[in-house]
Amino acid sequence: MLIFSVFKTLTDQRVTVELKNDLSITGTLKSVDQFLNIRLDGIKVLDEQRYPHMMAVKNCFIRGSVVRYVQLPAEHVDTQLLEDATRREAANQTKR
Amino acid sequence: MSSLQGYVDRPVLLVLQDGRAIVGTMAGFDQKSNVVLSDSKERVYSADEGVEEIPLGLYLVKGDQIVLIGELDEEKDRSVDLSTIRADPIPPIHY
Repeated sequence: MLIFSVFKTLTDQRVTVELKNDLSITGTLKSVDQFLNIRLDGIKVLDEQRYPHMMAVKNCFIRGSVVRYVQLPAEHVDTQLLEDATRREAANQTKR
Repeated sequence: MSSLQGYVDRPVLLVLQDGRAIVGTMAGFDQKSNVVLSDSKERVYSADEGVEEIPLGLYLVKGDQIVLIGELDEEKDRSVDLSTIRADPIPPIHY
């Protein structure tokens, strides 16, 4: 749930999504849902020589289950806040 | 919900878990991201021949097979001569 909230704060930022088929796609984060499915606008595939398959694609919906990494813009993430929040959530979970 | 509603009746490219690429018009979808495509064609990429398009017609793709759904810029897509494209297929997903 926490990561879902983090992604929501990052809408309209440029992010790079690396998929489990080694494709990396950069785009403007338009929306996220509870499965961490991601919608990107104005996309660019990182290695276009190797992956010309998406040349004519302007925006896309990526299934959350195939995402390996999301590279976030560091200046838009409050790492300290995120660290505190994750620890709080972890503490709450062990209590239960 | 990061909905697929915006893609209905639009030309889309579907990338599947096994690396296949299918283009078609999005006819519908549901909450499990199962997708129905009309007038769909599979695009078979290969490193030593141009892209081969295989007509599939009306297709239902199960949501759990889908990697990515992209909206095609029709003009740009038409301007690309697929027979000149040489590329390996998209790799399959490995967990």
